[in-house]
Amino acid sequence: MERNLMKGNEAIAEAAMRAGCKCFFGYPITPQTEISAYLAKNMAKNGGLFLQAESEVAAINMVLGASSTGTRVMTSSSSPGISLKSEGISYIAASDLPCVIVNVQRGGPGLGGIQPSQADYWQATKALGHGDFHILVFAPSSVQEMVDMVTEAFDLADEYRMPAMLLADGLLGQMMEPVSFPEKRTEFSPKPWATDGHKNKREHNIVNSLFLQPDVLQNSVVKRFERYEEIKEKHAQAEVYLCEDAEIVVTAYGATARVAKSAVNAARAKGIKAGLFRPKTLWPYPEKRLNDACKTAKRVLCVEMSMGQMIDDVKLALECRIPVEFFGKTGGVIPTPTEVLAQIEKYAE
Amino acid sequence: MAVVFQRPKSLCDVPTHYCPGCTHGIIHRLVCEVMDEMDIAGNTIGVCPVGCSVMAYDYFACDMIEAPHGRAPAVATGVKRAKPDSYVFTYQGDGDLAAIGTAETVHAATRGENIVVIFVNNTTYGMTGGQMAPTTLPGQITQTTPYGRDPKVQGYPVRVCEMLATLDGTALAQRVAVDSVPNIRKAKAAIKKAFENQRDKKGFSIVEVLSTCPTNWGLSPTEALERLRKDMIPYYPLGVYKDKSAEEKEAAK
Repeated sequence: MERNLMKGNEAIAEAAMRAGCKCFFGYPITPQTEISAYLAKNMAKNGGLFLQAESEVAAINMVLGASSTGTRVMTSSSSPGISLKSEGISYIAASDLPCVIVNVQRGGPGLGGIQPSQADYWQATKALGHGDFHILVFAPSSVQEMVDMVTEAFDLADEYRMPAMLLADGLLGQMMEPVSFPEKRTEFSPKPWATDGHKNKREHNIVNSLFLQPDVLQNSVVKRFERYEEIKEKHAQAEVYLCEDAEIVVTAYGATARVAKSAVNAARAKGIKAGLFRPKTLWPYPEKRLNDACKTAKRVLCVEMSMGQMIDDVKLALECRIPVEFFGKTGGVIPTPTEVLAQIEKYAE
Repeated sequence: MAVVFQRPKSLCDVPTHYCPGCTHGIIHRLVCEVMDEMDIAGNTIGVCPVGCSVMAYDYFACDMIEAPHGRAPAVATGVKRAKPDSYVFTYQGDGDLAAIGTAETVHAATRGENIVVIFVNNTTYGMTGGQMAPTTLPGQITQTTPYGRDPKVQGYPVRVCEMLATLDGTALAQRVAVDSVPNIRKAKAAIKKAFENQRDKKGFSIVEVLSTCPTNWGLSPTEALERLRKDMIPYYPLGVYKDKSAEEKEAAK
């Protein structure tokens, strides 16, 4: 298979086109701008549309409109921009519309910085907008995984009629790695719910999130949560590395998991029984896999580029049976393997 | 027996939630008559706002989308760009279009987005119980201007057609009213022109319809129509503020 050396952001863009994404609406923000630049150059050539919106708010609503017609559509942004999109994401989720949203995270809160961060974990998995809802959240750890997950995100978003997010960070977005792409997708399942003009052949379709009767609204939310249960069962994913006999399990996702893996290898070389648990989906969180990975663990060390957000899900999944420690850097500071190794050694004693 | 008057096919046969005397019903009907005459309902997607007409998706028989507050022009942009051969219209009130959705409105217009915007101006936020709108007239009493709108405190109303007429992407900006039979006929002609512009790929067409809100104005339906004529039209003069196709015809002469 052909391999190309490519930047993470550009790989996301190419993968989206191959997954059948026909419309992209975005707004410039560092460190994800290469996605827009790539699509501005290539979308029209591939029979698609790239449009720069006047704001993040407008961009996500253009996504809502395009998705309503049954078209595969994507937007991308970075942390402050995702906050602006949250209104639209709530409406898209409540209208049962599929779409793919990319967040190449940077340091926050506020305008924050432009260096890599994982401080939007809570936002992505628990509070992406008002109301009771979830979206699928994928956490790639390499450029190849960005490609694979964008493809899967489009498919699962369509299957479950819900938004899917690729939660990356500035490090992955800017990094170059060899990558191979799947063949271009040409066949898609029909979307009989789409508002694409009824041609006088069916009743009019309505895309809507307003339900003024409490029991009707409750039913629509409950039905969505029934789908969530199925997704939790079928689509929670993780990489489990050297955990069979591990006494200390490090949990980390995304770029941080690469650092953690180096530290785990270094610890093994020193005779410490360390392992790595890397969730590939953050919602649904791979709770069962984590429990399986921690069967021999005496301690868990959660490493993040934040002040500690995923650690909440780790503790919940383990029901606090095993002590969970934390090590993190924030604001755009990337933890080093040496620092993580020192933490492993500290807790292994 | 000859049929002289009937419900347009594009208008669903359901009771609406609008207050007695409200002119939304007339405006809905005009849009539907135009869709029927052009035979386009099967290829039209309408976008509802948040406001009194939030539930218009139950009244228009074409495919419908309910947009977040103010975002209808962005949603319509997404629909039109994904399906360029369909007809797309938004139906928005003054708070939706000229306050929370100003950016979406201005940029859809300046992009020359090939859509129709039906803009219903009744100088108040009707659905939430009659608060000050961006179009509330100086001196007008509302729930949030209980002593009358004071421009020194609350600023001045927005004249949307005049503002959008300055943009190159705007193909049609026309203000009409539905207070009398002659004006209703002019309103329908303007709406038809807007949809024809979309068919001919002319760009962004907005028809501002001066409308009444008897409930929140505290007036009877007839008094409300009087107020529209006496107070609103002088501040918001009726007329064509921009018409690209007429300009082109003129230039071709």
